[in-house]
Amino acid sequence: MPFLEVRSLVVEYRTRRGNVRAVNDVSFTLEKGETLGIVGESGSGKSTLGLSIIRLVPRPGVIVGGQIIMDGVDLLSLPEERMRSIRGKKVAYVFQDPMTSLNPVKKVGAHFIELVRTHQPEVSEKDALDRARRALIDVGILPERVNDYPHQFSGGMRQRIMIALAIGLDPDLVIADEPTTALDVIVQAKILDLLRSLRDRYGMALMLVTHDLSIVLERCDKVMVMYAGTVVELASAVELHANPIHPYTRGLLASIPNIELGEQRLKAIGGSPPNLLNPPSGCAFWPRCLERCDRCCQDQPSLVEVSPGHFVRCLKEVREPERDR
Amino acid sequence: MPMKRSMIARLLPGIASLARGGSAGKIVLIGSAIVFSIVLMTVLSPWISPYDPSAINVGPVISPPSKRFPLGTNHLGQDMLSRVFSGGGVMLQVAVLSAFFCLIVGVPVGLLASYSGGIADKAVSLVMDSFYAFPGLVLAIAIAAMLGRGTVNMALSIAVVYVPSYYRVVRSQVLTIRELPYTEAARAIGARERTILLRYVLPNLVGSIVVVATVNFADAILTAAGLTFVGLGVEKSIPDWGWDLTDGRGLLPSGAWWVITFPGVMIVLLALGFTLIGEGLSELLNPRLEQ
Repeated sequence: MPFLEVRSLVVEYRTRRGNVRAVNDVSFTLEKGETLGIVGESGSGKSTLGLSIIRLVPRPGVIVGGQIIMDGVDLLSLPEERMRSIRGKKVAYVFQDPMTSLNPVKKVGAHFIELVRTHQPEVSEKDALDRARRALIDVGILPERVNDYPHQFSGGMRQRIMIALAIGLDPDLVIADEPTTALDVIVQAKILDLLRSLRDRYGMALMLVTHDLSIVLERCDKVMVMYAGTVVELASAVELHANPIHPYTRGLLASIPNIELGEQRLKAIGGSPPNLLNPPSGCAFWPRCLERCDRCCQDQPSLVEVSPGHFVRCLKEVREPERDR
Repeated sequence: MPMKRSMIARLLPGIASLARGGSAGKIVLIGSAIVFSIVLMTVLSPWISPYDPSAINVGPVISPPSKRFPLGTNHLGQDMLSRVFSGGGVMLQVAVLSAFFCLIVGVPVGLLASYSGGIADKAVSLVMDSFYAFPGLVLAIAIAAMLGRGTVNMALSIAVVYVPSYYRVVRSQVLTIRELPYTEAARAIGARERTILLRYVLPNLVGSIVVVATVNFADAILTAAGLTFVGLGVEKSIPDWGWDLTDGRGLLPSGAWWVITFPGVMIVLLALGFTLIGEGLSELLNPRLEQ
């Protein structure tokens, strides 16, 4: 049994103007020690997916269906009280914006005390601070800085503190939601290296939500490409890089700057993502697809395993094997 | 209690840094100096007053400032200097008490209603907004007339007028803080809503609450003076600047300017002191106004 298995998860935002399916029939598995990269444009549902795993989808979001099975337990069936004991303890979350993710009126050490005492009230403040110091050393921050306030740190250091908080209770799964978006490129690389080395040391599973495909290809074991709330392609990073099948994935790969291409212009994907209040019929990507056919605007493609571990949601893939027959 | 000790230890360098802290810091310092001197004067009044402020006929009736009576006397032959020294006591008590009532009502109600949102938030906001429909002093007079005289009653009637300001400030802050990532991060480490409310939202409100409280202090002083002026304050036997204003108004046509002027100046000074503190603090504590 996999460590984490998400089965046909559906999340909707119930707005006044109608229901928006932010996550539509998403399934995947993740093992400990593995990194899953989730890539997609803004509004593709990748953050909602991350938040729904700890059941903190903001209102008016509702998890409509599916299962999230971690260590054999369906998180969606747990009472809120049990779920709370999982957040921070077994599943940790690193947020996008390190500048505002720490409480400005509390010292760094107080954040750790809060975290530890929430889950283990019997631990003394002194022991919690000792753990804080160890966690800070893990992320490369001087341990005596537990006594500093968040505003005394730079953005990159605050993100390190967020990561230290995330690993503070030795969780099994860390979900990092665009952990480097607010940081400059050098700091980005350092933070990502840090996440990877911590994953290796503590053997946790890592979900890396980002819109940067190059980050994901470089540092993840598996990559899931999302578009309009659905998984359009899921494969190992190596496979996805070598053999992208979905036109959207290919478009994303073509838009990554490549030093070997010289002065060639980057290929952008035309158009913009669909309004999910009124999604297009058939395949959600067809209005922007360069390889569409007549059936694309009518039939909804399903996720098909084209080779072991490589899943694609595209009619083209269903079509071709049929032709072979 | 290492926290408390360090806060007191920080107070002294704090004053030095206020003096260096540009115009806002200096405004706070000047305001505090005014308020502190008036409080000190009021507290020390039993020892520094040359006469019993309530005793009548300590000198000639309605005599202008002289060596014996530096601020003159009123129509009862009471010494105005002694009355100026002690006349702020009631006002200060009323201001402190009303701020206390406002805090214990406005802050928790604002916190709970706005954090939970929905119908509770709408209903409480409607009630609070309806208080704004009345001019403050008129509402305070109406309530004071129902409650009767006395320090606590004055404080209550003034608190009713100012609770909506506390509520509004708390509400606007809660609505902002509620959506900030660190409350979401708190939820993601498994914190309860109660914990988030008390340890994440409330401490971040303190700055704004302090500003509202000091600004409303000045208003409360003026309203308290107004209540006494119209006879809804404390008993006539207690020296109070508000009463002196009432008496002085009657005496002014006959040329006795000193009876109304000195208490009036004191009220203005005290209100000015609190306003300066409030304005300076709001500039210091509100990061968006920083240069």
